[in-house]
Amino acid sequence: MSEAGEEKIPEAAQGPACKSGSRLEMLLARGEFVVCGEMAPPQSADGSLIERKSEYFRGFVDAVNLTDNATGIVRMSSIACATLALKQGLEPIVQMTCRDRNRLALQGDLLGAYALGVKNFLCLTGDHQCMGNHAQAKNVFELDSIQLIGMVRAMRDEKVFQSGEEMKVAPRVFIGGAENPFADPFEFRALRVAKKAAAGADFIQTQAVYDLPRFEKWMEMVRERGAHEKLAIIAGVLPCRSARGLEYQKEQVPGMSVPDELIRRMKAAEKPEEEGVSICVETIARLREVEGVRGVHIMPVMWERILPTVVEQAGLLPRPEVGDEE
Amino acid sequence: MIVGKGKPVEEVVAMVEGYDRILVVGCNSCVAVCMAGGEKEVAVLASALRLAFRAKGREVQVEEAMTERQCEWEFVETVREKVERAQAVVSIACGVGPQTMARKFLDKPIYPGINTSFMGQPEEIGVWSEQCGGCGDCVLDEYGAVCPIARCAKRMLNGPCGGSQDGKCEVGNDTDCGWQLIYDRLKALGQLDRLERNVGPKDWSTDRDKGPRKIVREDVRV
Repeated sequence: MSEAGEEKIPEAAQGPACKSGSRLEMLLARGEFVVCGEMAPPQSADGSLIERKSEYFRGFVDAVNLTDNATGIVRMSSIACATLALKQGLEPIVQMTCRDRNRLALQGDLLGAYALGVKNFLCLTGDHQCMGNHAQAKNVFELDSIQLIGMVRAMRDEKVFQSGEEMKVAPRVFIGGAENPFADPFEFRALRVAKKAAAGADFIQTQAVYDLPRFEKWMEMVRERGAHEKLAIIAGVLPCRSARGLEYQKEQVPGMSVPDELIRRMKAAEKPEEEGVSICVETIARLREVEGVRGVHIMPVMWERILPTVVEQAGLLPRPEVGDEE
Repeated sequence: MIVGKGKPVEEVVAMVEGYDRILVVGCNSCVAVCMAGGEKEVAVLASALRLAFRAKGREVQVEEAMTERQCEWEFVETVREKVERAQAVVSIACGVGPQTMARKFLDKPIYPGINTSFMGQPEEIGVWSEQCGGCGDCVLDEYGAVCPIARCAKRMLNGPCGGSQDGKCEVGNDTDCGWQLIYDRLKALGQLDRLERNVGPKDWSTDRDKGPRKIVREDVRV
């Protein structure tokens, strides 16, 4: 292979003490246990939805992810939603996938989003479009998530485009990646984190954790590689409101591990919504005990109004203040 | 080999509806081996066309012909007589065949009778799978001779995505996860360390992305 050679990660990859000045970065640097939340953009041109949903996030999370046509379903762009979220006093994390955009579009969008005030980016490969509502679409996938992380890091730390050409003003951004400890091959999952750390990721958000033993085993492997010291691991949780929802995740979502015991518990519950919150809160409590876990990422899929309850019951209120953000 | 699959007969009928003399031409290489465009498939399509037109009350003359390799000028020349007798030609070679015919027989309408799909391998009788994406810069050396570009649905070069489960890909249809195959193969070879390094963005200019490709070799030109 000629061009796709080994990426050189210069010393600058370690970065200055403050890479972006984002709220998320400052809180992690201070050693706070951070709370992120995930907001799904509207499936229409109704921007006021972001305004309405913001009340479930403001004061309850430190940063909020805006998904990028997640599961291949078209929604309002993550960057547009992030700017709307900024107006609502939220700190956005813009998700960027490699499914719909090539390196030109990704770099252009990153620069634009940064100019609009976005400081956190989550670099993803993206769900395959065949899972969504435009299965006839052509995909891009010319970069993978690790290459995207490397490209963004070089833009920030070396002020260069992927082409190697220099830019005058670099985007000072905080770079995230994702990992799914429940997908296969399991042995590869900690290596993926190490590769993302080497590429320049500052934090990792994980797939929703239900299977704690497997998560703990994965974290052990992450720690063996020392990756938890190079980036912050933020564990994903998903408050579920019905046994059927859990069964759906177990059976229909690739790379999910849902123990049968949890499904039985939800089925037996008189008030499944309350039980779902309890399971989520218990999971957060256990995750806080895992060495190297620096926060939680709450993904209340189709149930965003439950987020304040989860954060409160998990004992994660009030959220810490940040001083001078710059 | 190049793998294809016959188009539905109705689709072919619709293409050649207005003609009275049609020639169906097969190819004796890849598409014959994948049972889409060989001698037998030519005979089957020709009689299906005759029946379809007869059902519409039309007597259409459908001739049959084979080329050894429909992608080469000299082999295409061997069917000239039959092509000239016909008003239209249905080619059931891969997509290269009809185009070679069209460049050779300038005044003759040429229609495709199969859907050309991929470069692949016969897994077992009646099953073919894609193996090569023709990216123009082979990386098989790094991945234990399992291609991440052709066999991973997302062309990932640094490892599997989060949708790989029990050896299967998130796209479904019982598709194997290419990265599970790469992992298993390198593990068996004792070369898992190959996967530790970060592979940078690929230069796709050798792929289709630089426009239609052409290889010119001065050393063999006459």
